[in-house]
Amino acid sequence: MNKQSYDLVVIGGGPAGLAAAQEAYDQGVKDILIIERDFELGGILQQCIHNGFGLHHFGEELTGPEYAQRFMESVADRGIEIKLNTMVLEVTPEKMVYAINSTEGMLEIDAQAVILAMGCRERTREAIGIPGSRPAGVFSAGTAQRYINMEGYLPGKKAVIVGSGDIGLIMARRMHLEGASVEAVLEIMPFSGGLTRNIIQCLDDFDIPLRLSQTVTKIHGKERVEGVTVSKVDDNLRPIPGTEYFVECDTLLLSVGLIPENELSMEAGVELDSATGGPIVNEGRETSIEGIYACGNVLHVHDLVDYVTEESKLAGKTAAYFLQDKIDKRKERVEVIAGNDVSYVVPQQITDKVADRKRVDLYLRGRRPLENVRIIIKDGEQELFNKKERVIKPAEMITVPLSEKMIDDLNSEQIEIKIVKEGA
Amino acid sequence: MKQKTEVLIIGGGVVGTAIARELSKYRLDVILVEKEADVCTGTSKANTALLHAGFNADVNTLKGKLNVRGNELYHQLEKELDVPIKWIGALVVAKKESDMDKLEELLENGQQNGVPDLEIIERKELFELEPNLNPDSIAALYAPTAGIVNPFELTVAFAENAVENGVEVLLESEVLDIEEQDDYKLVRTAQGDIEAELVINAAGLYSDKLANMVGSDDFEITPRKGEYYLYDKKLDIDVNHTIFPVPTEVSKGIVITPTDEANLLIGPNVEEVEDKSDLANTREGLDKVMRGAQETISDLGMNGVIKEFSGLRAAIKETEDFLIEASEKVRGFINVVGIQSPGLASAPAIAEMVVEIVKDEYGQLELDTDFNSDHQGIPRFRHMSHQERAKLVEQNEDYGEIICRCESVTKGEIIDAIRGPIGARTVNAVKRRVRPGAGRCQGGFCEPKVVDILAEELGIEQTEVKLEGKDSQLLIEPAKESLQKGVIDSE
Amino acid sequence: MKQELITCISCPIGCDVEFEVVAGEINNIEGNRCPKGKDYVITEYFNPTRILPTTVRVKRGVLPLVPVKTEEPIPKKLLEKAMKELAKVELEAPVKLGDVVIKNILDTDVNVVATRDLAKR
Repeated sequence: MNKQSYDLVVIGGGPAGLAAAQEAYDQGVKDILIIERDFELGGILQQCIHNGFGLHHFGEELTGPEYAQRFMESVADRGIEIKLNTMVLEVTPEKMVYAINSTEGMLEIDAQAVILAMGCRERTREAIGIPGSRPAGVFSAGTAQRYINMEGYLPGKKAVIVGSGDIGLIMARRMHLEGASVEAVLEIMPFSGGLTRNIIQCLDDFDIPLRLSQTVTKIHGKERVEGVTVSKVDDNLRPIPGTEYFVECDTLLLSVGLIPENELSMEAGVELDSATGGPIVNEGRETSIEGIYACGNVLHVHDLVDYVTEESKLAGKTAAYFLQDKIDKRKERVEVIAGNDVSYVVPQQITDKVADRKRVDLYLRGRRPLENVRIIIKDGEQELFNKKERVIKPAEMITVPLSEKMIDDLNSEQIEIKIVKEGA
Repeated sequence: MKQKTEVLIIGGGVVGTAIARELSKYRLDVILVEKEADVCTGTSKANTALLHAGFNADVNTLKGKLNVRGNELYHQLEKELDVPIKWIGALVVAKKESDMDKLEELLENGQQNGVPDLEIIERKELFELEPNLNPDSIAALYAPTAGIVNPFELTVAFAENAVENGVEVLLESEVLDIEEQDDYKLVRTAQGDIEAELVINAAGLYSDKLANMVGSDDFEITPRKGEYYLYDKKLDIDVNHTIFPVPTEVSKGIVITPTDEANLLIGPNVEEVEDKSDLANTREGLDKVMRGAQETISDLGMNGVIKEFSGLRAAIKETEDFLIEASEKVRGFINVVGIQSPGLASAPAIAEMVVEIVKDEYGQLELDTDFNSDHQGIPRFRHMSHQERAKLVEQNEDYGEIICRCESVTKGEIIDAIRGPIGARTVNAVKRRVRPGAGRCQGGFCEPKVVDILAEELGIEQTEVKLEGKDSQLLIEPAKESLQKGVIDSE
Repeated sequence: MKQELITCISCPIGCDVEFEVVAGEINNIEGNRCPKGKDYVITEYFNPTRILPTTVRVKRGVLPLVPVKTEEPIPKKLLEKAMKELAKVELEAPVKLGDVVIKNILDTDVNVVATRDLAKR
């Protein structure tokens, strides 16, 4: 076995891993290794060829590959070591990283700190249990995106897309522009999970119908998809008998959610949050194991890559401070609780004292679409924060800053963040 | 092209391949024909994968006679064929006093069938074995000799070991017609004619259709669908044994069992269907499976489900038993049909029995002294220690490239599957042998890579790669092809 | 006078911008959170344009396609025609980010450029 050691090992060379490694380097950690399973860096951004990335972080609109390349170049400029085509097989609680590639064989890498940045995977047809036959032609939207944008194949000529999140919408446009016909985009919820801009420029521009409160209830075709049965659903998202209709198609694309990919984290013994599907972290993105950090979509599924970058830089910085012994623990840890109409909040804990820190940002998501609400944070009975929001959409992340002074002055060991209707 | 053979086996399921392997021990020309592009694509690929102990079937039936013997034979086969079997044991769980009579009945029946070590265990012991059972469970019949096997690896191993010992396996060779000649049968297949002195009908769901071709019309196969849910390996609910509810008059109930790869499997329901290729899952069927499983372990739900599938059993309704005999009406035609549960467990014993019938029909057979009983499986990277992995990748760098991250499958294993004695030709054939796409993401990440490897190894275009059958291509056309045509059209 | 509404898609926020059209001119623009909204509405009303992100084929690259985009938005009605133009293109690896793939596509005065580096195989 090939034995190596690094101060910091970053698992995953997508946007999260790259930003984390870059920041850790800039904070003075030079002995860094990024491990990437694909043949190149950039992660999922390389197949997200559409524009819309980078407005927050770079102040200009980039495509996914352009956004990735900026970070790839900055990592290369810093001379940070990279292993491509390398799969991490195990991370131990003692931060021993076992990985493999075809040139070096099995690697046993002793790390002082580890940043988990493995991203997420797509929910499947199976996970949502669509009945029917099991023919070729059922793809998750991301797999189809890879085939079309990178591998150079059109997976079908007549498609139905389930899920109107941004990936579903973007793929409707891609399929259409590449010469396929998109019969419909179906959304089981009464509202789309995607950005308005994508509904307009991906569907409306090409007269692709968006059908709300509808879903596929049966897949037809023995060898290749021949069509789908679509049903309307009731308020509890259950198909309404008698509303079924048949749509002929050769392809079904599924964009039905993303799941943080935490199998390595679990084996390392990192505690997970069932609400996010990712590790429970403190405000520096440290997991339940000291010296192991998580950032990006492995931690929680982000809406914009810009926030992934922001979060990953924070994780990289904390990892650097940990390696440089610059972090003091608070006397008591503070639990951050997701209250009324908040589906989750990250970080879930505030545990550290960091000398040069100005504030801690809480990332949260609303449980349902709401208008005219207030976001309130309570420290026991005391109100720490109260701000009006005109619109809340579950698809969009909300950032709430907590100043260092607020944190210093906390009375209880638990703060609760909630969304309440104005006037309630 | 016309071929001649002494024995022709029709059907590459676990029964046909087990027979092929058993016959390969003798000096005999054997050809096996299979209509699909792979072995193990019918009933053998979609079932509960149980090596039943043998307490269910009546002692007077073939099922009752062959199950226990088959189960025993697997102890030798798992070593010879390098097929993973876990001897986890089975429990039939009683929930009310009236169930106890049924347990006694099963115990007695099992003992008559020769099932070893059967016992009825009390509640306390039961919960030590299975802590997650619903609290209303009161006792169980415990059958420690029951096991679970990987039916894909098993069928492929039977077939490949047969090939290693001289059997010829012809894929995509659907039998179109059989003509009786004086001293042979002329079997017309999709790949040409075969003259066979003896034909063994192991065609599963279609065996009645095959038999009808030669006028052996004394049985009818009814397809019975069973649906399943398969769970992620990482599930909070541990199950250690194959758990059956007490069977009722109308239903055998929903089984809960770990698979050989430590996924949890629940199913099957039973539904008679018309169409022998109807493998569609239904909402009603799946709901029955879930509700049935919850009666035994109520914590089970949709959480952690990674796959739904269904299989068809080939049942003879009149007898509900196997039918294994030389046809009385047609000389040189052996039916091995109606092989539903416990067919998988019985397969090696069925093969032994068929060899005896072949001897009756054909005269004494001469043992092939060159027979090599041992089949080397493909390395299972996923089950290895890091040290073993280090050694493996030193032999061949392809074992250092992980293609399927969920199941830790290497490029080397996929290439082995494609280059094997019965090489995988489709994405599903690769999955059956070495598991890329069998995990929680169901091929979302690895499918494009598997397609690439298949295309490269087989020397075909990616657009020619199939999921399973001949019309199941995954990718319709190269990027830009339609658009370019559009350019030509409009100009 | 006609009351109109266009959702601005200059950025992901998606402001609903209301305005009036009087004698072919746009007046009383409201609802935009930034000045881009005004420009967007005027363009979208009279001549809607879009950035076109897509791919072109590449010979001997590490991938068979390289992603490209129009440097500026082009008229919406030309998107499908532009796709057909781009389908004819086949570059030779290596490709650099920013390489011009088609100059002045369909006489729009807009170039199509590569959006990543693509090495030779």
